[in-house]
This record gives sequence, C-alpha cells and structure tokens, in this order.
Amino acid sequence: MPNLAAADWLILLIYGFFMLIAGFSLKPAVTASRDFMQAGRAMPGWLCGVSMLAAGLGSQEVLGMGAAGARYGLADVGFFVLGSIPAMLFAGLYLMPVLYGAAPRAPRSANPPQATIRSIPEYIGLRFDQKTRALSAFTFAAMATFGAGLALYAMARVFVALHLFDRVADALHLPPAGALLLAMALPAALVLTYVMLGGLGAAMYNQALQFCLVMAGLLPVVLLGLKKVGGCNGLRAAVPAALLHEWSGAQHHHGVGAILAAVAVGLVLGGGAWCADFRLLQMPLAAKNLGSAQRAPLIAAALCVFVPFVLVLPGLLAVALPTPHTSILIHNENGAIVHDITVVPPAAEAGQGLVPAQADAGGQPVKDSGGHPVLDYTMATPNMLLQFLPMGLLGLGIAALLACMMAGVAASVTAFSTVVACDIFEPFFARGTSDARLLAVARWAALGGMLLAFGAACAAMRFNSMLDAVMLVFATVNVPLFSTLLLGAFWKRASSHGAFAGMVAGAVAALLHHGLDLPLGSQPGIHGGWIAVLHHPANQLISDLGAATLAFAVSLSVSAIVSTFTTPRPESELVGLVYSLVPRPPKRAIWFKRPEALAAAVLLVAIAVNLVFI
Amino acid sequence: MFYDTRISIGMFFTLIGTILTAFGVATRDHADAYSKSLGIDANLWWGLVLLLFGIVALTLGRRGQIRLEKAPAGQQEPGNKKSRSPAAH
Repeated sequence: MPNLAAADWLILLIYGFFMLIAGFSLKPAVTASRDFMQAGRAMPGWLCGVSMLAAGLGSQEVLGMGAAGARYGLADVGFFVLGSIPAMLFAGLYLMPVLYGAAPRAPRSANPPQATIRSIPEYIGLRFDQKTRALSAFTFAAMATFGAGLALYAMARVFVALHLFDRVADALHLPPAGALLLAMALPAALVLTYVMLGGLGAAMYNQALQFCLVMAGLLPVVLLGLKKVGGCNGLRAAVPAALLHEWSGAQHHHGVGAILAAVAVGLVLGGGAWCADFRLLQMPLAAKNLGSAQRAPLIAAALCVFVPFVLVLPGLLAVALPTPHTSILIHNENGAIVHDITVVPPAAEAGQGLVPAQADAGGQPVKDSGGHPVLDYTMATPNMLLQFLPMGLLGLGIAALLACMMAGVAASVTAFSTVVACDIFEPFFARGTSDARLLAVARWAALGGMLLAFGAACAAMRFNSMLDAVMLVFATVNVPLFSTLLLGAFWKRASSHGAFAGMVAGAVAALLHHGLDLPLGSQPGIHGGWIAVLHHPANQLISDLGAATLAFAVSLSVSAIVSTFTTPRPESELVGLVYSLVPRPPKRAIWFKRPEALAAAVLLVAIAVNLVFI
Repeated sequence: MFYDTRISIGMFFTLIGTILTAFGVATRDHADAYSKSLGIDANLWWGLVLLLFGIVALTLGRRGQIRLEKAPAGQQEPGNKKSRSPAAH
C-alpha cells in the first residue's frame, strides 16, 4: 500500500521549507524592477545553465520522457539530444551575443546598464516595431499560463492516480476532485510565494536545487531497476532490440527518409524551445556578463548529454520488468474512491511491464479497435518510483516529481510577469512609469499569471484532452517566433512588416494544418480535423510535428518574401541588434576558455556518447 | 545580497543525506521494508551519497561566498544596487 511514512513526509516538508527560504532570503535584495525580473543581472553562468535546463524539464517533459522511453526506447534519448543540444549550442554561440547586450541606441549613453532588454518581446520591439512586439507579448503570455496550468494538472493527476495522498484527502473529507485540486493548489501556492518574494532570482536558486533533486530522486530508481533486470545484459534480453538503439532501430522501422525528417523536425522544435522560448531564455539574460550568458546554454547542453538517460531509462526499465498480476496499486479497502484515471488491477494486469493500461470509468482496461489494451505510458516513471523506493527514499522520489513540476511552473510564472510588466503594461499603458510601480506590477502579475494558470488547470480537469494541445500551442506560438527571431538577429534586410506577416502566417499555417489533419482513430475536435479531414497521419505526434515544421517553413518564407518588397530599417538603427552589426568583444587570450572551445567539446562528447548507442 | 546558491543546495542535501542515513541505520534489520529495493538498504547507501554531495557543494559554496563578499559591487553594474551589503545570508 503506497502510503507515505513519517520519514517521507519529513523529506517533503524539508523540501518545501527550502523552497520558501530562497524566497524570503532574497526578498531584501529585490529593491528594483530589474532585481525582480532579471535577478539583478548578477547570476553566474553555471547557475543560469542549470536553471535553464531545470525550467526545460517540467512535469510533462519528465513524465513524457519516461513514457517515450517505455514506448520507443533509447530512440527518445536520440530525439531529445537532437532537439536540444544543437539549439543550445547555437543559442550560446550566436544568439546570446545579440540578445544579451541589445539596447536602444539613444539611451545607452545616458543610462548604460539599465537599458538592455529584459525580454524577448522587448528585443522584437527594438529590432522590428511595436505591433510585432505586442503580438509576441500577448501570444507568449497566453502560452505561458496555458503551459503552466497543464504542467500543474499533468503532475497532480499522477499524484492522485498513485493514491499517495489519499490519507490526507480522507482526513480532510475531500471529494475525489478535491484531492486533485489540493495536489494542484499546494505546489502552486508554494511556487507563487517564492516567486512573488524573490522574483526570478528565487526561481533560479530553487531550480538549481530542483534539478539536483530530480537527479537524486530518479538515479536510485535507475540503479535498482538495472540491478533487478540483471544489468545491461539482462536489459538486452528483456526488451526488443529495437528499443536499445537510438537510430538504427528507428531506421529498420521507418527507413532513412523518416530519420532525416526527424532530424529536421528535431532542429525546428529544439530551436523553438531553446532559442526562442522566453521561459528558458530569461535565465541566460539574467547572467552577470556576456561570457556567463554565453556559457549558460553551453553548460545546459553539456548536462543534456547525460541527463536524458536518467529520465528515459526508468520508462525503458518499466517495460522490461514482469507485468504485475496482483497489483501493489490496489487501494480500495476504505470506501473505494473510484476515479476515472485510477489505476486498478485489471488495467495494470493488461499493461506491459509496469506500464498500466488506461482504465475506463469502471476500472476496466481500455482497448483499441484491434483489441489490444491502450497503455498509459505516463505512469511508467511514477510506477517505477513506487516499485523500487523503500519508505524514506520514496519521499525523495515524490519530492523529485514535485520539483520538476515546480521548476517548470515557476519559469512560466516569472516569464509571464516580466512580459506583462515590461511589454504590455509599460509601453502600452504607462509609458515612462516609475521603477517602483513597475516592480509592483511585475509582482502582482506573477499572482495573476498563477491564477490564470490555475484556471487553465481546472479547465484541463474538465477536458482531459487539453493535454494533447500543448504541442499545437507550441507550434502556433513559439515556432513562428523562432523564425522571426532568427531572421531578425541574423538578416539585416528583414523588415518589420515582414516579421509581423511571418508570425501571423506561421500561426495560421499551424492552425490550418491542425484543422485539416486528423490522427487515425480520433474524433474531429481538439485532436484536429475541425475544418475538414484531408489527411490521416498515424498518430498525434506526427500530426503535431507536421504542424510545427509547416509553421516554421511558412513563417520563414512569408517573412522573407514580404521583407524583400518592403523597406528595411536603415543600418544605423540596427547597430547592436543584428549579429553582423554587434560590436565584437575582445577574444579571450586562452583558446580553451572561449565559448567556442566549450561548444566543440560538448558536441564531440555528445556525438561519442550517441555513437555508442547507435 | 544574492548569496552563493551552492550553500543552500549543500545544506539541503547534507540535511536529507543525514536523515536518510540515520533512517537507514535505524531500519537496517527490517527486511520487509527493503524487499522493494531488492534487499539493499537503499536509504543508508543513497543517504551517504547525498551526504557526500551535500558536503562538497557546501564547501564549494562557502568558498564562492567568500569570493563574492571580497569583491562587492565590483562584479555588479555600478549604480544598479544601492544597499546590497548587509542583507540576508
């Protein structure tokens, strides 16, 4: 029976206490709006890198990588590496020099350090114009709250399905939905408290701790799981060989063309996340100098060589283990609260290894049209935690799940508050307002963002399938932004009208693709096909990846075409905003201390590690 | 004052490591408690690993903090911070 012992509760309490400590101890340091929004621009590079990675590994990513590990095996490590490392190296080497020092020309002499950009929409506003800035600010704000809400819901749902907090819910006489609400409200309140007190600084300090905690919670599961199946040889014997190869397994199934398509898609998605998403780029922008800002994504990339194994292996081990027949997850002795996502014995038995089948309202496994049970891969990693961790360590494992959820949500909330304060409030409602007022707006915007996110989470409780819309929102908002940012930062000729048209066209293309595409076996609606069904891709993932790639291509070409027919801004206005016109800092004398050397080392190690598992 | 994060990370993992190690020693004889972790006293061993990690982080953090306090304001942009020195630790 998976109830938490006193030692588990103690660890969870200490974790919560440390989260609050960061908020309270940084409160006195937050005296100006830049302290709140950019952590005073005083953060060392390694901290920016670690917190950037922690922000990128939110609840959906951690659960999703375990799920993908169970489903596709080590191929998911390959896909993750492809979707992160090239984009991170690019961000560190080429994007950061443009973004970190970008400042409007005129005030630079008057007011040097205060004038640099605080957010990506602010850069868009400087490089292009206010309408493009407003568009990207509003779409980003909507995406950030939506993403944070779904991240809250995705992890809270797992906690409820694990029945970990049933005793608490019973003691409080909560209905089933109340337990879910509590599992969302408590972490949300904790995040909100430390973000409102300490701003981005507190969020980053905690993200560094959370990242270490995720590793500390999942590593023992990987080690114990590997021991259980009998080491690497046992794993090789227990799962199909295709799951153990990053690339060749996929090649046998889908051919070389599919691999090349996957490479292209991985690069587009990686760029959309690590080179355009302000939730992740806010960390390097808070670095103490340009060198640290460049090092941050490179350090994150270095960690990305090894981290995916820790996240993917639990899922892979979950399918390698024998399927339980008397499930340890039975928990219905005191008045059986049956929830539609509750894992009950028939569903667990119909599963594969420790991955249960999805259960319908009666607790029976859901079957697809071929009569095979539909597996609930999301539960792979959480079930591994329950299976292997004894009490004591289990508390650490649960804290790790909480930590990844809170890291992602905190990043969304800080990014939302920065964008609302300096891209929506300041330029459009209170031009030239005082700094104290801006600080207050940023603080309360964090509260507003969290409330909106909570609303999105409650909506997701009603409409479960909203979880499948995350990728669509990403393709509609982030991918066109990535192409706009890319053109803006590296092509002098890109004009404001071109950027605006490209962003709109990319978003429309993604939505149209979604409206005309329906994955096999789905109903028209949130899964696509709401205009007319022209094409049936094999699954949701392929449909979403198609939308993202199409959005990127359309956005890039529309921007380019409109830019060639409109007048660009004169070069004198673009100094410091476009890569070729950014003044180069003097190179460090020692070659191995340059960012290029670090990037090359990361790339070589990544290639070497991936060759082992090809 | 933005303190060195490694101090709080180190403190956290030292504390957690101590608790897990102590708990592992106390429950060493409970075979049924460790049937899940294949008979290994996972609390004890992982607690020791985390304790070691915590102490290393704490040591590095203390050194970083001393360096941070030796060079106040020099690292930060001038004019940005007014009353930074005597704040929380």
